[in-house]
Amino acid sequence: MSIQEKAIDNTQKAKATRLSFGEALVELGTSDSRVVALDADLSKSTRTDLFAAKFPDRFFNMGIAEANMIGVAAGLATAGKVPFAASFGAFLSGRFDQIRMSVSFSGANVRLVGTHAGVGIGEDGHSQMALEDLALMRSLPNMTVFQPADDWDTRQFMSWSLKHSGPCYMRLTRQNMPALKRLSTVFAPGRWDCLHDAGENAVWILASGGLVPAGIGAADILAKQSSENQVGVYNANWIKPIDEHSLLHLLSKKPALVVTLEDHYSTGGLGGAVSEVLAARGAGVRLLRIGVEGFGQSGSPEDNYRHYGFTPEAIAKRILDAGVLR
Amino acid sequence: MFLMSTFQWPKTRMSSELGRKALRQTILEQIYSAKSGHPGGSLSLVEIMSVIFDGGLEHDPRNPQKPDRDRIVLSKGHGVPALYSALSYAGYFDAGELVNLRRLGHFLQGHPDRDKYPLMEASTGSLGQGVSVALGLALALRLDYQTKKIGRLPRVVCIVGDGEMQEGQVWECLMAAGKFRPGNLTFVVDHNKGQIDGTVSEIMDLHPLEEKIKAFRLDARRIDGHDVAALRSLLVDRPPVEEAAPLFVIADTLKGKGVSFMEHPTKWHGAAPTRDDLKNALAEIWKSEGGTSPLGRITE
Repeated sequence: MSIQEKAIDNTQKAKATRLSFGEALVELGTSDSRVVALDADLSKSTRTDLFAAKFPDRFFNMGIAEANMIGVAAGLATAGKVPFAASFGAFLSGRFDQIRMSVSFSGANVRLVGTHAGVGIGEDGHSQMALEDLALMRSLPNMTVFQPADDWDTRQFMSWSLKHSGPCYMRLTRQNMPALKRLSTVFAPGRWDCLHDAGENAVWILASGGLVPAGIGAADILAKQSSENQVGVYNANWIKPIDEHSLLHLLSKKPALVVTLEDHYSTGGLGGAVSEVLAARGAGVRLLRIGVEGFGQSGSPEDNYRHYGFTPEAIAKRILDAGVLR
Repeated sequence: MFLMSTFQWPKTRMSSELGRKALRQTILEQIYSAKSGHPGGSLSLVEIMSVIFDGGLEHDPRNPQKPDRDRIVLSKGHGVPALYSALSYAGYFDAGELVNLRRLGHFLQGHPDRDKYPLMEASTGSLGQGVSVALGLALALRLDYQTKKIGRLPRVVCIVGDGEMQEGQVWECLMAAGKFRPGNLTFVVDHNKGQIDGTVSEIMDLHPLEEKIKAFRLDARRIDGHDVAALRSLLVDRPPVEEAAPLFVIADTLKGKGVSFMEHPTKWHGAAPTRDDLKNALAEIWKSEGGTSPLGRITE
């Protein structure tokens, strides 16, 4: 059985995490009257349109004015609501001063939901691609940052967030995501899913969001060339808090190489967070940060993934080029 | 920092002449004590602030986080000494604390800081943002009132700087306020005509401000921002309603109001008074009382 067969549930239909968000928001809105939603004229794309149809009194379309939307969300939160403010991640993180002051510094219980992460959105090109949002959000002291890989992740995080007090950022994909099979269904802050465990001197692929399936595919290619025991795979969904526990687990197995994989600039996101932990631990382990280098551009999602080296084959090749696998 | 303060707030209303003099004195003493701050844009706020606290705001110092309290959002965060003086006057904390303005770890931060002082409804200081937070508060409180979570409709008053009106976010917010029409929201612009680099009219003129506000579908009113009766007729006498064009008060004020040598559009924007400046300012404020504050001092 391949790692892919073990880690991906083909009995469920693949679904974009933005749609999972839209559906889950309706469910949360039904059970919790504190839940309100805001959008900036992208409700059909972020899928807050589902909430708007069901709860028109608790939905605020703020027009193409994200700065004001973020501030209004902060005000709603200050008065006890749990606002989910959605737009493309690029347009939310572009209003960083509002997030820094009105949300983070004000301790406002806002859930910022950035969809259309990375080059995976395809044809619309660089201006619509969130590529630096994780780096920005992660820098704020009280911000929780989460990147779900599938429907289950998205729903779990949203339910968890209703019990959490403090600002959150959730980063979602435009493209469909297959459902993952998990070794454990415990959902807790700063706890990744181990999709495939490995032994000593292995390569560990820490994949996040839209690139989790490609990371699994790359693991299979590598496993065929060496052995299944030589490749571990994590769904690195929590960016902040980062999963130090899992990092310590794999460090205890003397990894040959740690690989971070994300549809985000290779600087400051998951790769940045992991490198900070490894450096602080004095782990002395090699780290390969795979992310977007340079600007995004138009092209089909598939062409984009090929161009930026996000296919299983390209990822496996970069890992093999590191020359650590036996 | 422990200081034996001899100062006592007057027993009169905050908007009385004595009350307003007390606010002016303590604003200047705060900034003198901190050796930095914004006297001009704090002094111009005195009448506005005093009227808001004198009946314009339903609140309870013994229960400061009451869910159905009225809210005040100081979007022009640098005017916060005026808010701190008013809160102390209203009974939220001892006047002696005011000497701690801008001290490390103290709740009287240089700009409103919810993290250190939860009574600040928004952390402001990066201009243009408090207006949006105020709109969000007004919408949430209206929703809570309509769904009977609270029994009264709280008012939200947001104080904006005139220079601050140059921020694009303010106009985004006004557009949204005209759409959602929370009749419990009031904006007050402290139109003191000055900003750091010069007069508002030479840096980035707002003219015609009233027409612009009306075009954004808000209820624009222009009054003398130092006329207590005129302020009261708008900020106290008009009860909040569920749905109406939000009130937008353009309050014509004078930067540095009440101290003749500080009445200047730019000179005292961000300059702390020296010991002599403070002495001269207090002598002028308390001229008809013989040049000395009958309330005592918080500094010295």
